[in-house]
Amino acid sequence: MSQSQTLCAPVPEGAPVPEGAPDGAPRAVPPDAAELAALHGLTVSNARPALPAYVRQLWDRRHFIGAFATAKLTAQYSQAKLGQIWQVMTPLLNAAVYFLIFGLLLGTSRGIDDFVPFLVTGVFVFTFTQSSVMAGTRAISGNLGLVRALHFPRAALPIAFSLQQLQQLLFSMGALAVILLCFGVPPAWSWFLVVPALALQFLFNTGLAMVMARLGSRTPDLAQLMPFVMRTWMYASGVMFSIKNVLPEHGVPQFAKVLLECNPAAAYIDLVRYALIDSFDAGQLPYGVGVMWALALGWAVVLGVGGFVYFWKAEESYGRG
Amino acid sequence: MADTLTEPAPRATTTESRTPTVIADGVDIVYRVTGTGAGRGSATAALSRILGRRKHAEHEGVGGVREVHAVKGVSFTAYKGEAIGLIGTNGSGKSTLLRAVAGLLPTANGRIYTHGQPSLLGVNAALMSDLTGERNVTLGGLAMGMSREQVRERYEDIVEFSGINEKGDFITLPMRTYSSGMAARLRFSIAAAKDHDVLMIDEALATGDRKFQKRSEARIRELRATAGTVFLVSHNNKSIRDTCDRVLWLERGELRMDGPTAEVLKEYEKFTGAGK
Repeated sequence: MSQSQTLCAPVPEGAPVPEGAPDGAPRAVPPDAAELAALHGLTVSNARPALPAYVRQLWDRRHFIGAFATAKLTAQYSQAKLGQIWQVMTPLLNAAVYFLIFGLLLGTSRGIDDFVPFLVTGVFVFTFTQSSVMAGTRAISGNLGLVRALHFPRAALPIAFSLQQLQQLLFSMGALAVILLCFGVPPAWSWFLVVPALALQFLFNTGLAMVMARLGSRTPDLAQLMPFVMRTWMYASGVMFSIKNVLPEHGVPQFAKVLLECNPAAAYIDLVRYALIDSFDAGQLPYGVGVMWALALGWAVVLGVGGFVYFWKAEESYGRG
Repeated sequence: MADTLTEPAPRATTTESRTPTVIADGVDIVYRVTGTGAGRGSATAALSRILGRRKHAEHEGVGGVREVHAVKGVSFTAYKGEAIGLIGTNGSGKSTLLRAVAGLLPTANGRIYTHGQPSLLGVNAALMSDLTGERNVTLGGLAMGMSREQVRERYEDIVEFSGINEKGDFITLPMRTYSSGMAARLRFSIAAAKDHDVLMIDEALATGDRKFQKRSEARIRELRATAGTVFLVSHNNKSIRDTCDRVLWLERGELRMDGPTAEVLKEYEKFTGAGK
């Protein structure tokens, strides 16, 4: 045994062999794990792939992402008697509550012509971002079982949850169209501008969901904190009042007004209102139409790309718990 | 040119000619656990922990989160064609080690090198009990990285293997209506539908009735034949003896023994007192 080993060529060509090793000495233990691995083309398990490879893996899993999002959406109301009707009922009831409080009781509708369409559009568009962020926060921490059982690029989870919210939004938009018509808003070609606006918002939401997913995976407590952050954000985004009309009356400093108007949620809400509601004309927008679109695009690209890279940077650490 | 590049194979007769598929090099795995620390539940304890954080930070880690050292300094090399059993009493770190080999858990120290992507046999986590068996087959298949075409191709086989439809059209019912045995059979059938380079099975043999167990054991032997290396975690010494030729024995996260099945099992049975 040892004879044959000492007789045979001690150094395999091309293989890295430590200089200090005694020549031809039989070794019970493989020289060194890293060397042996390199020799046989083994790679480090759980290493983070390079960004282009990661994108490719994610693309290969696109069917899983789609199926997972649809499955989550269908499973959501499958135990309810009314079933999928809740997809439409939930956002409608949500809007009804805000109408009761802000439209009838507090009267924030001053200076807004079509208040109900204005309010409902705001609620639906903001809810899209809100639920994406909430789902994103728990995307990793709430699915540790999945993360610890199967191998897939983890970004698939926050993306799937954002996609689920996008599907949910389509139901809301159907309901919204009916509401608009009922309240006498005339249909127009400009309605189609909703598509690019919501597409940009989806990109923004997904990026933000990925940022929250990484933060939430380290600090699960965020899931408790986020509802309050999101509610504050909603009240500050002009969902139930017009930032442009209301803030100056209350002596809010200019910089705060600019900050509120440039916030991504307000930008997306205003663009959708501008596209859908006839009486919500360019005069109601805080800035020119071009600036608003630039704002929407800017937020989408910054968060979409930034959030993705930020999430990928910690890829190997998800699942640690 | 090609002559000079002959493989290093000749120098090794038994051990070194084999191709390694998994190399674990001094692996440590540490879990961070929240919600179990002493007195964590009470608000005053949480408050005092936050206030006293500076003092104890070095000992307890951030925020008093407890760390569990689940696997300590484990090294081994698995070769192509081996079937390796993992044994050890409950909580000895077997499943944790498998997850790390699959690249699902990060290691705190040391490295794990693998050939291809080892996969854990099991899709439980990806399935949703509110969906029909039908949709879960698709979802589970996609989750394991199969393409839509592959899932469609194997759909019939999966359903037939599970035997779910033997007693009526159950595959179109939500999985929450299945008995636990039926659900386990469907889960195994989905998981076993894919071929793997390095396959890891975590106590999957003990599901379903006797008839299904026989069928799943046969399927595992098939998978073993196509897979390069198989890892099996089980508390059933008989199934280890039947399927494995090498056994790793983990105890308290440390590798206590590594050798041929008969030898290690003998020691293990002495240790647990089961051999009498």
